[in-house]
Amino acid sequence: MTTGQVVRTATGRATSEGGPLTGTGTLVRLALRRDRIMLPAWVYVVVIGVAANAYTFAKLYKTASSRSALVASGESNPALLFLYGRLNGDSVGALTAWRYGVWGALFAVLMSVFLVIRHTRGDEETGRLELIGSARVGRQAPLASAIAVAAAANVVLTVLLCVVLPVLGLPAAGSVALALAIGTCGLAFTGVSAVTAQLTSGARAARGLAIGVLGVAFLARAVGDSAGASGPSWLTWVLPLGWTETLRPFADERWWVLVLPLALFAAGAWLSFSLAARRDHGAGLLPDRPGRPTASAALRDPFTLAWRLQWPALAGWVAGYAVLFAVCGAAAKGIAQLADTSGALTKEFSRIGGQSGIVNAYLAGLMLLGGVAAAAYGVSAVLRLHAEETAGTADPVLAGSVGRARWGLSHLMVAFAGTALLLAVAGVATGLGYGLAVGGAGTETARLLGAGIAQLPAAAVIIGVAVLAFGALPDACVAIGWTAVGLTVALNIVGQAGQLSHWVLDVSPFTDTPKLPGGTVTAAPLIWLSVIAFAFCAAGLAALRRRDIG
Amino acid sequence: MANAIEARGLRKRFGKATALDGLDLTVRTGEVHAFLGPNGAGKTTTIRILLGLLRKDGGDVSLLGGDPWRDATALHGRLAYVPGDVTLWPGLTGGEIIDLLAKLRGDGNDLKRRQELIERFELDPSKKARAYSKGNRQKVALIAALASDAELLVLDEPTSGLDPLMEAAFRDCVASERRGGRTVLLSSHILAEAEALADRVTIIRAGRTVETGTLAELRHLTRTTVDAELDGPLDPDSLPGAHDVALEGTRLRCEVDNAALNEVLRRLTAVGVRNLTCRPPTLEELFLRQYSAQNQDSAQNQASERQQVTPAP
Repeated sequence: MTTGQVVRTATGRATSEGGPLTGTGTLVRLALRRDRIMLPAWVYVVVIGVAANAYTFAKLYKTASSRSALVASGESNPALLFLYGRLNGDSVGALTAWRYGVWGALFAVLMSVFLVIRHTRGDEETGRLELIGSARVGRQAPLASAIAVAAAANVVLTVLLCVVLPVLGLPAAGSVALALAIGTCGLAFTGVSAVTAQLTSGARAARGLAIGVLGVAFLARAVGDSAGASGPSWLTWVLPLGWTETLRPFADERWWVLVLPLALFAAGAWLSFSLAARRDHGAGLLPDRPGRPTASAALRDPFTLAWRLQWPALAGWVAGYAVLFAVCGAAAKGIAQLADTSGALTKEFSRIGGQSGIVNAYLAGLMLLGGVAAAAYGVSAVLRLHAEETAGTADPVLAGSVGRARWGLSHLMVAFAGTALLLAVAGVATGLGYGLAVGGAGTETARLLGAGIAQLPAAAVIIGVAVLAFGALPDACVAIGWTAVGLTVALNIVGQAGQLSHWVLDVSPFTDTPKLPGGTVTAAPLIWLSVIAFAFCAAGLAALRRRDIG
Repeated sequence: MANAIEARGLRKRFGKATALDGLDLTVRTGEVHAFLGPNGAGKTTTIRILLGLLRKDGGDVSLLGGDPWRDATALHGRLAYVPGDVTLWPGLTGGEIIDLLAKLRGDGNDLKRRQELIERFELDPSKKARAYSKGNRQKVALIAALASDAELLVLDEPTSGLDPLMEAAFRDCVASERRGGRTVLLSSHILAEAEALADRVTIIRAGRTVETGTLAELRHLTRTTVDAELDGPLDPDSLPGAHDVALEGTRLRCEVDNAALNEVLRRLTAVGVRNLTCRPPTLEELFLRQYSAQNQDSAQNQASERQQVTPAP
């Protein structure tokens, strides 16, 4: 190698044209490397969710008459219409699209939002993009690579569904339509979140804004679907989630509807690029409002700090819980009717919810769902400790006159109080929804509140696992905490319950929780679960006191 | 209690990597002590052990008369800490964080002092932390520490990110803290800062203490820089104990071992001196000498390893 060559290469590099997209390929590879576990997991969850449902419907509703009976009762139940949308026919495919079209799309949307925000505003807020931007990387490359990765994830998800659904015996055209309905919905929100990432200077707020749009989209289609013929049914047409229904998979597909999400994606991408070209690095378009120059009395110790950091997330959970469980509670009125259409469905509900009447079984199943989801919230709240430790914001707290255990307890309090609150909300909302529909709101609310709170000890055990992991194995605590949640979902909700021995099921604390309402209340398992949860938390805090921080 | 910090033979390993390998550090009560060393020498690890965030693997350490691991919570009420890389909660304002840190330490809030410092460092306390630059984040932590009534300030590279004006404000503050009797442990790269502020200095390298003492003591071990304008020509090799001799016509510049100073001056006056400046070395020069010694060591090690691996052609 001679000096002359080096000089030539150097000048060659220096003079070559660099566009705004220079370096996008490298950033895409970086994103794929960073998300090598999260990305396949999301795609897997969406694909398996839809496929498992198609499989279940084919098994539960073998005859055409049982299916048309289900459709008849499903169409007349506003709560089910609110939750799942309108039915387009009585084939197994149409039922799958009804039950999981909107919800599959919802998960695809969440995946897209998290991906796009994480690689744009998230990295910008932490300052990582500044380092990248100073290299030979175009101004628009980070945004372009984030959009490319999210779009690719949605394409992969669509292709997998196109392959899996026909294998399960569904018609090819409908399968492709359902797959595209879900995939393009994810794509549309890729565009939406690319725009919200330009608006705020904080990643949390950008994510919240995009999920807010999702919430509005869900409510718009839910109201449009359930309002009846005289209501504003056009609402279903307004926003992406409704388009999964108006595409009519498995029922004379309206292919042109696909233009809508694709156009939204294109518009969002275009808008985000032009906004990004106009704004400063690190700045949002919505101004940062100045805050208090001094701390109020509501911010004075680790506990109030933990509350300050965590209440916005909890508020979102509570709002979601209130709406969902009120609607699901109201849906219970039609359950008895619905169950008549399928003996297998009755069996399914009884398996999850217990034996004492189909409505109680349904409500008990609902409370179990509320319990598992509340445990998931609790785990996320506990893992905030880990996030604070790795970010370095635990240091100033612990360098103050604050013991390790007290710091740990501060976030634990939020986790447990929040979980208890969510369970109470689940119980009360379900009770009100059901009670107002059938009469007797007072008694229904009281007994469902009890049923909701009965889930707390089991949820506490799952939270305790996360606390123990954070104390003893901090590097693995995120994986361990979410694995514990995933196991309870797998064991208690997704099922295969019939085939698993009781010994395996007993691994999940929710298996030991009395099936309420309707089941018999036995205090012993609740006490035992509480003792185990307490022991896990105490051991976790003790381990935290013994290890290195950071 | 004579010593605020007393560490003897401190050891810490992270997996296979040795961070501290028998480090000694003594900080006397009431002094400003500079803690110097290259990147990765173990300064931050030492400070994190002193704060009870890390557990030592060996050696003895005491902080304000207590055990920094066992008595962490109680001791933290008597010290204030500024981390080297300040991360703050992005959704809280600077003012809120300053107040919160004071409350977490268990301080009474001295509003007048807080306001003075905010004005002195020109911080906007109503901005959210995510909007602060590195320098402004640093100011938040500094103001919180300086406004406290802690007897010991532990400052880990406190001026990284500050502009020269703010750096000067910081120096003034530390100087007045020392007059007020506070003990300061100041880890730094900025030697001028240590030279201007510190009573005593500890230099560490690869987890070990290599030099410790007052600046005068450290300089005593070293050389004097001589600048001279001579009357006539001089043989540059005729000066015993002189190093890095640079002779341009009649202008001479060299470094002289203090023991040889007398002899060198005699030779210079024999030639005739028109103009002479002798000055002690800056800490910069001390520091560079320490580092280059280290680099020579490792270069020699590598060279000898290479020779062992590759047979001579």
